[in-house]
Amino acid sequence: MQYLLLLTYRPADNTQEGTPEFDAEMQRWHALNAEMRKEGVLVGLSGLRPDAATTVRSQGGEVTLTDGPYAETKEVLFSFYILDVPDLDAATAWAAKTPAAEYGSVEVHPMDQFQT
Amino acid sequence: MSAAARALEEAFRHERAAVLATVTRRLEGDLALAEDAVQDAFVAAAVDWERSGVPDRPGAWLTTTAWRRVLDRLRRDRVAAARAAELARPAFYEEADFERSSLEDDQLRMLFTCCHPALSPDARTALTLRSVVGLTVPEIARVLVTGETAMEQRLVRARRKIADARIPFRVPADELLGERLAVVLRVVYLLYTDRHATARACEEAIRLARLLAALMPDADEAHGLLALLLLTDARRPARLDADGMLVALARQDRSCWDAARTREGLAALDRALHLGRPGPYIVQAAIAALHAQAPTWEDTDWPQIAGLYAELERHDTSPVVTVNRAVAVAYADGPAEGLAILDRVAADRRLDRYLPLHAARADLLRRAGDAPGADAAYVKAIALAPTDAERSALEWERRLAQGAASISRIFPR
Repeated sequence: MQYLLLLTYRPADNTQEGTPEFDAEMQRWHALNAEMRKEGVLVGLSGLRPDAATTVRSQGGEVTLTDGPYAETKEVLFSFYILDVPDLDAATAWAAKTPAAEYGSVEVHPMDQFQT
Repeated sequence: MSAAARALEEAFRHERAAVLATVTRRLEGDLALAEDAVQDAFVAAAVDWERSGVPDRPGAWLTTTAWRRVLDRLRRDRVAAARAAELARPAFYEEADFERSSLEDDQLRMLFTCCHPALSPDARTALTLRSVVGLTVPEIARVLVTGETAMEQRLVRARRKIADARIPFRVPADELLGERLAVVLRVVYLLYTDRHATARACEEAIRLARLLAALMPDADEAHGLLALLLLTDARRPARLDADGMLVALARQDRSCWDAARTREGLAALDRALHLGRPGPYIVQAAIAALHAQAPTWEDTDWPQIAGLYAELERHDTSPVVTVNRAVAVAYADGPAEGLAILDRVAADRRLDRYLPLHAARADLLRRAGDAPGADAAYVKAIALAPTDAERSALEWERRLAQGAASISRIFPR
């Protein structure tokens, strides 16, 4: 079963690049990604650029683009994982290991594989 | 009622949960499909048993029939047909499935699945009542005070989430067991203590607590919960008077208490205390045990009960615990000490409409000899009573307090 993990953080209490806290957190991300690869559960992952996101809507053939979303939300999506694990308990266990679970939130979405 | 109809009702009451749990395990946790198939099996039984007689082992008959319905339902769907072919390969019905131990294991798995923390608290209780206890949707709607349609929707959504998010059908691994068990115990506890709990729900709560304690012999809080429910239930025969009015613990006829239940509860508490550090259920059971062993309300070990409530406050910050501690302190050290604690609770204005606070204040003020203060507190409490039974009980207390001169002879301070 594949799960999409959506990771958010609050920009207001972000650790600054160049600080020891920032470096320590990076170490944790690298270690976690390595562990996921070793366990064979990692299908895909990427960081995102929340400040450069664009929202697309199409209505009656008219496409509108909107800058964001970011301004109105306190929690900002900044990264995702796709994991292949047996069940929800395994997916939430990995989610809980991410630093984002401590300072932001992790949404765990089961992926509907019949549609793809 | 025909013999077949009686047998069917019996099977619905006592075997439905086991049949459902067995089928759900075989489906690797697809509770939605299992529920539908078991429902089909009972409909089939209503027709077949009337015509061909009641089978020797109704539970086995229902399980086999439900399993055939699972395969039928899957075959109708092209995508699912492959799954049906795979599931159909091993012969489903095995004697092993109907050994007591594996039935109980399946029910334990069902309990952990229904109480999974990824489900909303409301859904956990509703699913447990439906899939473990086997209440009908209208019965559940009554217990949880919801409309039937809304309840049905809540159940459908919860079952769909179990299947779609793949919530596992198993007892969780050791590292998760502690927190998951806490959720299960909470649901079982609420099943018993809910204001609208029926006698059936209470009975089932005790059965589930027994099952948890038997299958998880090292789980101290499971034994604690069993002890708490048994010791509380032992007092049930004295809880209502001949007119169906609630009788406060202070005035209950203790000779009506169920001595066998009390003994069983005390034994469970003993096991719990030998296992580890007392958690909230063990502490509450210990309080219930002190009440159970006291010859009278006045002759109760109040200092120890006050100490246990102080311990409970470390686990449970709800104001009812502090209110109960205040009452115990009042009996141990005098009403003034108890009232001082209640005044600190009452400083939180959010508790203005909190019934236990005003009921306890009324009682302690009466005992402190402040008749007008007590009467005002009774009036407040009576206005907040949510049921007729509680309102009548409080009105009776108020009348007793108003006649305090004669009453003080019967219930000396």
